[in-house]
Amino acid sequence: MIQEKEIHYGLGDINWRRPAQATRILGSYVVLVIGALIFLLPFFWLISTSLKEQSEVYVFPPNFFPKSFHWENFPDAWNYQGMQFSRWLFNSLFITLTVLVGTVTSSILCGYGFARLSFPGRDIWFMLVLASIMLPGTVTLIPLYVGYHRIGWLDTFKPLTVPAFFGGGAFNIFLMRQFFKGIPLELEEAAIMDGSSRFRILWQIFVPLSLPAVATISVFVFQGVWNDFYGPLIFLTSQENYTLALGINMFKGMFATQIPLMMAMSWFMVIPTLLLFFFAQRLMIRGVILTGIKA
Amino acid sequence: MTATTSTPAIAESTRRATAKKLGAIIQGYLFISPVVLGLLIFTIGPMIASFYFSFTKFPLLRAPEWVGVRNYVAMFTQEEHFWQACKVTVTYALTGVPLGLIGSFLLALVLNQRVKGISFFRTCFYVPTVVPAVASAVLWGWLLNPDYGLVNAILMNLGLPTSRFLADPQTALPSMVLMSLWGVGGGMVIYLAGLQNIPESLYEAAKIDGANELRLFWHITIPMMTPTIFFNMVMGLIGAFQTFTTAFVMTGGGPLFATYFYNLMLYERAFRWLQMGMASAMAWFLLIVILILTLLVFRSSNLWVYYETEVK
Repeated sequence: MIQEKEIHYGLGDINWRRPAQATRILGSYVVLVIGALIFLLPFFWLISTSLKEQSEVYVFPPNFFPKSFHWENFPDAWNYQGMQFSRWLFNSLFITLTVLVGTVTSSILCGYGFARLSFPGRDIWFMLVLASIMLPGTVTLIPLYVGYHRIGWLDTFKPLTVPAFFGGGAFNIFLMRQFFKGIPLELEEAAIMDGSSRFRILWQIFVPLSLPAVATISVFVFQGVWNDFYGPLIFLTSQENYTLALGINMFKGMFATQIPLMMAMSWFMVIPTLLLFFFAQRLMIRGVILTGIKA
Repeated sequence: MTATTSTPAIAESTRRATAKKLGAIIQGYLFISPVVLGLLIFTIGPMIASFYFSFTKFPLLRAPEWVGVRNYVAMFTQEEHFWQACKVTVTYALTGVPLGLIGSFLLALVLNQRVKGISFFRTCFYVPTVVPAVASAVLWGWLLNPDYGLVNAILMNLGLPTSRFLADPQTALPSMVLMSLWGVGGGMVIYLAGLQNIPESLYEAAKIDGANELRLFWHITIPMMTPTIFFNMVMGLIGAFQTFTTAFVMTGGGPLFATYFYNLMLYERAFRWLQMGMASAMAWFLLIVILILTLLVFRSSNLWVYYETEVK
């Protein structure tokens, strides 16, 4: 996952003449397997419960596997009376995609500016960008709410999407800047000699090269927006504007006893993030590490 | 004669130089304009506004009315659940953050072993961190259900005492700490990267000097990891002080305000009762507490964080 060029020992490499090494390998596996089982157990329980019959969840001690598999729980929950899951899915996707476009464009522009142009005030602004990571969101939230209230943006997607076009988060700008700093200067100098404008250089040289960084940012944006609860909770009020996260919470509030259906919908919300994680594991972990180490 | 001809030339070249400089400034700010505007509109402006609001009575639909420090005084002296919210949040931060730091560090040590299939195990421990907060709150609410939950079933099978978990004021907050440990994978990957950045030569040199495993760990691993521990600690503290979703979805602050987090109180003030002035004062108090804490951690850092001086 992180480094490839190490020698890895498996169970087959255990040499019983060297007890210290043998216990180490065996001990590691015992700890790893038990730990992994504990960490994965909630996922198993989520699936198992979502396939049970309503009456079967109120059995104690609970059945580890469902007596029979009730796949109809998924469509039943999706079409549950008063719930608009299709609509909420569409809303979640729409917000996520808009934020994605805004974040990628603005972090490319700003990342390039911070990485490759020199002008007075640049470093101060960059410090401000980094400092904003530490700021608790609640301090700015109330005035923003008041402002959105004044201009009639409450209960629209704008409070959730428009800010993405204005910088798109300190973390993403930082990631883009680090990436652009690694691109050799010579590539750019030749283009400047030819009289290309900076925007053209950015578009024709840097953007095609930056696809790995764009992918990393996209994965994080998707995760952040898809999982966001606080923002939609505050800015969206009418049910048809809800996102999936709000929808599931509403379902929980109204039909708390419909455990299998609730689990089915939670599972539905987890699947995209899991899929994304498995496909983009490397990108994500590299991103997490980059910010962790450099900051 | 040379002087007379060159003066205009110099003036011309300086004019060109300033024009070029001005062009560079304009160009630079053009590129970073999204984030400059963004910081002004969505961060700095609102911060100033919220500071002003905190000294006003502001029921959203009417104009803010200046009341001086009355919000702050009322918050500390008259607010029924203010100190309870502080207590809950601080208790959660002081137990959850250290446990998370130790847990993710130990996990990283185990996952740094060079055994086959280690990437698979790393994935297993990291996966819980990508689960949406709402989904994990719903799921854990069910796992910890006092009557039908899996956790109690397992405890019973092992012959251990069961618990009411989130339904009992005594155990509700500890249950949430326990739940937060499911996410130690996030800190773990950062530690893992830190561990792999420690130069192998340090260990080899120490081994030649006859150091045993424990000493290697205590005198090389720990000191080299302190910057990473520091980073995880600061981020963990900031996160813990802003806990909201899990409490909101799972308990709504109860039972008996046992999980009434600071942000939950703030949310109710601002968006249920529309007391924007009081809520702003609460937000500023939180900001100042977080700032002081971060500053203290930073200050203490030169006592315990080892920064490698670059000698290369």
